[in-house]
Amino acid sequence: MSKHHISTSINGESREFLCETRQTLLDVLRDELGMIGSKEGCSSGDCGACSVEVDGRLVCSCLVLGVEVDGKEISTIEGMADGENLHPLQTKFLEHAALQCGVCTPGFLVAAKSLLDRNPNPTETEVRYWLAGNLCRCTGYDKIVRAVMDAADEMRSAS
Amino acid sequence: MNYQSPETVDDAVAALSAAGAAGRVLAGGTDLLVQMRSGRRSPEHIVDVKNIPEMRSVTMTADGFRIGAAVAGAELGEQAQVIAEWPGVVEAFELIGSTQIQGRATLGGNLCNGSPAADSVPAMIAAGTIAVIAGPGGRREVPVEEIMTAPGQTSLGDGELVVEFMLPRRAPLSGDAYLRFIPRTEMDIAVVGAGVNLTVDSAGVCQSARVGLGAVAPTPLLVADAAAALVGSTLDDDALNKAAAAASAACNPINDKRGTVEYRVKVAGVLTRRAAKIAYDRARAHA
Repeated sequence: MSKHHISTSINGESREFLCETRQTLLDVLRDELGMIGSKEGCSSGDCGACSVEVDGRLVCSCLVLGVEVDGKEISTIEGMADGENLHPLQTKFLEHAALQCGVCTPGFLVAAKSLLDRNPNPTETEVRYWLAGNLCRCTGYDKIVRAVMDAADEMRSAS
Repeated sequence: MNYQSPETVDDAVAALSAAGAAGRVLAGGTDLLVQMRSGRRSPEHIVDVKNIPEMRSVTMTADGFRIGAAVAGAELGEQAQVIAEWPGVVEAFELIGSTQIQGRATLGGNLCNGSPAADSVPAMIAAGTIAVIAGPGGRREVPVEEIMTAPGQTSLGDGELVVEFMLPRRAPLSGDAYLRFIPRTEMDIAVVGAGVNLTVDSAGVCQSARVGLGAVAPTPLLVADAAAALVGSTLDDDALNKAAAAASAACNPINDKRGTVEYRVKVAGVLTRRAAKIAYDRARAHA
């Protein structure tokens, strides 16, 4: 079977790849492009570990086919820090110990950034609902929610 | 497995017709990709409908709204006019899955996936939503309650797909609501879902009503008896009790890990009563 030639933009850089119809965007990111920041948890859209943005919409990359992103703009965890400078969300996750094993962390960060891009001043309830599709089996969520709220505070006072 | 991404409905119909039983529409993919991975569905030809402008847009006409079958939940949730006029339909759609799922899941997919527990479907049924279907023989318009025929199956013929949904403009003094029960607050499949849409007169007497139920039978139901119990009343306890009893009587559910038959029958009545009250309050506020 011939592969599809896909041209896309990932974290602001033009990228091209070849993929089979069956490969998901997550498969492509990890296996074809070596971008292993997005994690494979459930592969059924339940855990959020593979969260990325496609054209500004938060999605599970395990539920997107690679062929679907031709001409689209993708944002992944690899694009979050500015070089050596961590994004405020990343810094706050470290400060609040909002991670232990770290498998869910990239998905939480991408999802939380997507929330703060839309709503810089979310309530705790809004944070919890927005992140309901991201599962963490280590932290009990409380530290994650506090880290997101604290990052939102800091980003508001910096802007 | 091959992939096509047509830009017109006609091309999508042609692709689906050529593929026959081996073809499958890809809209948001939140059900299809899971089913492909588990082996439950193994289509050889995938027809992605997200690049068809007609299926991706929401338009308002004098007669009502036309909502493309491939509009995602997150997109519909940004349509202030639809939310204002059909809060029950929008809240039902937005109950589906997580933020990530909302970025992809579509009304057309929720219907055509054929789940008896699809949240948007009882609300669309209550709203009197019409599905516009395109196929090799042209277009036809079908009430949403006539699309699902059994779990995972629809009345669509070979080469047919749902292009868009037509919702009427909200009449004065009318309102809708959808409620579902799940054991937690987010991220679960309905044990029972109930949608109610009704119109009242200036004295608050119900003039017309439609009631849709989900997850209590092999397909979502239009429950005419429950609606009839509301008409002519001011949704007093007697009318609500009769509507709840009619909703329970219409159920033909299964036992599963989410709920027993007995429990689903009971909750169908409770949610019908509660959704009717919300719809009633919205109707009276919508002068």
